[in-house]
Amino acid sequence: MSLVPETDYGTPASKSTDLVTLTIDGQKVTVPAGTSIMRAAMDTGIQVPKLCATDSVDSFGSCRLCLVEIAGRNGTPASCTTPVAPGIVVSTQTERLKQIRKGVMELYISDHPLDCLTCAANGDCELQDMAGAVGLRDVRYGYEGENHTKQAKDESNPYFTFDASKCIVCSRCVRACEEVQGTFALTIQGRGFDSKVSPGAMEDNFLSSECVSCGACVQACPTATLSEKSLIEIGQPEHSVVTTCAYCGVGCSFKAEMRGEELVRMVPYKDGKANRGHSCVKGRFAWGYANHKERILNPMIRESIEQPWREVSWEEAIGRVASEFKRLQEKHGRLAVGGITSSRCTNEETYLVQKLIRGGFGNNNVDTCARVCHSPTGFGLSQAFGTSAGTQDFDSVEKADVILVIGANPTDAHPVFASRMKKRLRAGAKLIVIDPRRTDLVRMPHIEADFHLPLRPGTNAAIMNALAHTIVTEGLVNEKFVREFCDRDAFEYWAAFVSEPQNSPETVGLMAGVAPEDIRGAARLYATGGNGAIYYGLGVTEHSQGTTTVMAIANLAMVTGNLGREGVGVNPLRGQNNVQGACDMGSFPHELTGYRHISDDTTRTMFEKLWGRPLDSEPGLRIPNMFDAALEGTFKGIYVQGEDILQSDPNTSHVVAALKAMECVVVQDLFLNETANYAHVFLPGSTFLEKDGTFTNAERRINRVRKVMTPKNGLADWEITMAIAKAMGFEMPYKHPSEIMDEIALLTPTFTGVSYDLLDKVGSVQWPCNEKAPLGTPTMHIGGFVRGKGNFLITEYVPTEERTGPRFPLLLTTGRILSQYNVGAQTRRTDNVVWHDQDVLEIHPHDAEVRGVRDGDWVKLDSRAGGTSLRAKITDRVAPGVVYTTFHHPDTQANVITTDFSDWATNCPEYKVTAVQITPSNGPGEWQKEYNAQAEHSRRIAAKIAAE
Amino acid sequence: MSGHMAFDDKLVMMANQIGKFFTPQRQGDPVAGIATHIRKFWDPRMRAAIYAHLDQGGAGLDEPVRQAVARLKQAEAHH
Ligand code: SF4
Ligand code: SF4
Ligand code: SF4
Ligand code: FES
Repeated sequence: MSLVPETDYGTPASKSTDLVTLTIDGQKVTVPAGTSIMRAAMDTGIQVPKLCATDSVDSFGSCRLCLVEIAGRNGTPASCTTPVAPGIVVSTQTERLKQIRKGVMELYISDHPLDCLTCAANGDCELQDMAGAVGLRDVRYGYEGENHTKQAKDESNPYFTFDASKCIVCSRCVRACEEVQGTFALTIQGRGFDSKVSPGAMEDNFLSSECVSCGACVQACPTATLSEKSLIEIGQPEHSVVTTCAYCGVGCSFKAEMRGEELVRMVPYKDGKANRGHSCVKGRFAWGYANHKERILNPMIRESIEQPWREVSWEEAIGRVASEFKRLQEKHGRLAVGGITSSRCTNEETYLVQKLIRGGFGNNNVDTCARVCHSPTGFGLSQAFGTSAGTQDFDSVEKADVILVIGANPTDAHPVFASRMKKRLRAGAKLIVIDPRRTDLVRMPHIEADFHLPLRPGTNAAIMNALAHTIVTEGLVNEKFVREFCDRDAFEYWAAFVSEPQNSPETVGLMAGVAPEDIRGAARLYATGGNGAIYYGLGVTEHSQGTTTVMAIANLAMVTGNLGREGVGVNPLRGQNNVQGACDMGSFPHELTGYRHISDDTTRTMFEKLWGRPLDSEPGLRIPNMFDAALEGTFKGIYVQGEDILQSDPNTSHVVAALKAMECVVVQDLFLNETANYAHVFLPGSTFLEKDGTFTNAERRINRVRKVMTPKNGLADWEITMAIAKAMGFEMPYKHPSEIMDEIALLTPTFTGVSYDLLDKVGSVQWPCNEKAPLGTPTMHIGGFVRGKGNFLITEYVPTEERTGPRFPLLLTTGRILSQYNVGAQTRRTDNVVWHDQDVLEIHPHDAEVRGVRDGDWVKLDSRAGGTSLRAKITDRVAPGVVYTTFHHPDTQANVITTDFSDWATNCPEYKVTAVQITPSNGPGEWQKEYNAQAEHSRRIAAKIAAE
Repeated sequence: MSGHMAFDDKLVMMANQIGKFFTPQRQGDPVAGIATHIRKFWDPRMRAAIYAHLDQGGAGLDEPVRQAVARLKQAEAHH
């Protein structure tokens, strides 16, 4: 094994389609117009010495190392800033150039500490390489003069060090922060000899600055100045493996750089088609949880949740699961057990869990945590277009002219995609943000939304209808598109519906708290501003009208013809890494892989034949229905792979009661999560670094996950599921996850072309990937919809039954933050806590004042479902009447507050609207204290107690 | 909504929510839409419970939803 090589072409690729031919060092080369001479040279394999250029950022031309000579032109132009021209003849190596380069390097080295042997970058330092490349043999200036070698280090960031003494002020980091990440945290301060890189103002360090720790600067730095602390501690890696981040739905590709089985660092992979070499703090740095001391490595069982856990062998634990589930089915019937697949696990693992449940348990009581996030996307889009997925790839954003973001906060939840979106916005695309909160995107360096519609939580569908009203009544319909591609009758009915006065911006605006003129303005911009692309998140789906709003979004895209090409589309931003995959893999109780209903005889028979088992044709229970059925007494046992349903599902006290009502709760996870407090069997899971498989990201891209170390718990998650199946008498003897993918491909029309061989060859593919599209489908619905004609459904606004009133006058909405991930089980166990150590409640100054609440005070937050306490943060990011919190910490348990209202079509819970009241408080409430005591009690492990 | 709603009440609420989407549709038969949705997404015990609720008078069910549940119940009985 060796390090995966990556070529630095020095400057970004030109997008021009015109070609130019020139001669470099006697070789003819043809490249797109606008390419730099440096890049053209690299294309022919000639490496011009360089320091300040790198292909992730625009060239700057400051180091003067990359000079070349051009026949007939004066001087020695910098090859990184000089574009190619037809017919020119370039020399990259002449006597004159050699002398100049040596001189440049000499100056650099005379001001650089000579501790190469003990430097963390030794062996991976461009300064060192260049000294070698230009043949530097001695430094005439000596090292005595004034220099920078004594500068202090900035160690404030938990993951990387800034050692100013090694800085050559090439500004690659500054440009990376601006161009790649879009945060503008770094500047070069001072001039000439005094110039230096500085995060934020003079008194700032990296941690206190605007820096979001994305790592782009570390990636760009040619020296050891910006270095990962793990690299400094462990040393240079000796091999690397390309894999996929296991956090969010962007699905960034990384090189896991290793020494033996020890992970040295995660480096974003330039060939990764989702991230194009960029990363965020989670994927880049927050992988330490894999070695956290709280990780459970041995299977455990107990008879009741009052008892401490007992460590047992895998055999015994698996045996217990099988005998309990069999017992429960004998006693309470075949339908009394079920399971939950994980959007954090691989496609193969998810597929196996649903196979175990359908084939082994003999029922369809399988669901996935996607239920609680994007199930309305699946159903809504399938009704409108015929497929349950987003229509574009991420690259598409580069061609968008108007970007409409609704109910999504990409800079926090989908940071790497957000960086790409921000780049496009800085280049001039227009922006509409529809969100109750003033998210960062609304105003940030060099970006300002053209329209921000700060709607009242729960009024999405009404606002979408009002946008449609404007488009239809003002004659902005794309008649050609609608005539050609959409169902005419459906369109006519819908157009008449949205034109009705109750859908006018004036009526809706009043009710939703948005200026009608802004609604009209946003509609006009989206309909007429060129390529219009809609991006949405859980702020759309997690409502009682989640599905309706998804359909309304689809309607808007159809009526304006913003589908079927690059730069447009309907783009759901998926939460967890494999939400799309979990849905594709047949995790829903009513459908098999590829979204085919379980009642469809042809499909079911195909599965029955291959699996050798009869399958139930009736839909099973969805997660909320499982809880209800448990309380009703007909659902008794559950197998939960890689999810923390207690913390992530709404109305915690309801979930607690349901879990307590079950006789066998099996949890498979890395840590004793909150659900495990009510479990009888705990099966330790493996991390994404410890197994092979695939994840499917928000753009339907199937990315490989590759094993880089032995599972610390002994088994990969797919092996655990296989063991349970075997113990239940349903053998599925796969030797490798690739065989599972082969089975998926065999059974799923949109996956027939997918195999590990193909993925190894081309990196990744977007489904559908089959005979019609052997390399996958970046853009859907080109030249017509999958379902035939696009379907306009009537999306009448139905207010949620969760209403404010005198007792609960405020509306709570929830979200997430950049440094933390979902329930936080992983990120809370990393240094990411320096950015977010507790959940806080955002409240408008006016609402705080009338309640006597000051910034930082403890407040009690009550809803009809329950109460919890947390600290207040006073901010006008939220409108009066609206409060906001995240849900990353179990101590706050935001879901104690949320109700079990849910989406009409899919039962996706209504996380985003809860009527609440806020009162001053002294600290954590009774419920939290009780909960924490129970959790502590429940987490005891017998062997460990004995040892204490 | 506080604490735990009774199973029946919740099913009634869910069924009515489905009704509120299909009733304003202007193409096709809303009652059929509601029935199909329940048939496709509700597990047998949920359907059995709503049929039983209908038999006891179907309190709380909106009119088109009541019709849909009745139609579905009949169809299943014939099956
Ligand atoms: S880590 Fe990212 S945000 Fe922070 S300074 Fe570097 S590039 Fe900028
Ligand atoms: S920190 Fe690194 S990238 Fe930034 S200016 Fe210094 S040497 Fe260049
Ligand atoms: S968390 Fe998301 S954006 Fe960040 S590195 Fe992982 S996949 Fe990329
Ligand atoms: S690499 Fe061209 S001037 Fe530095």
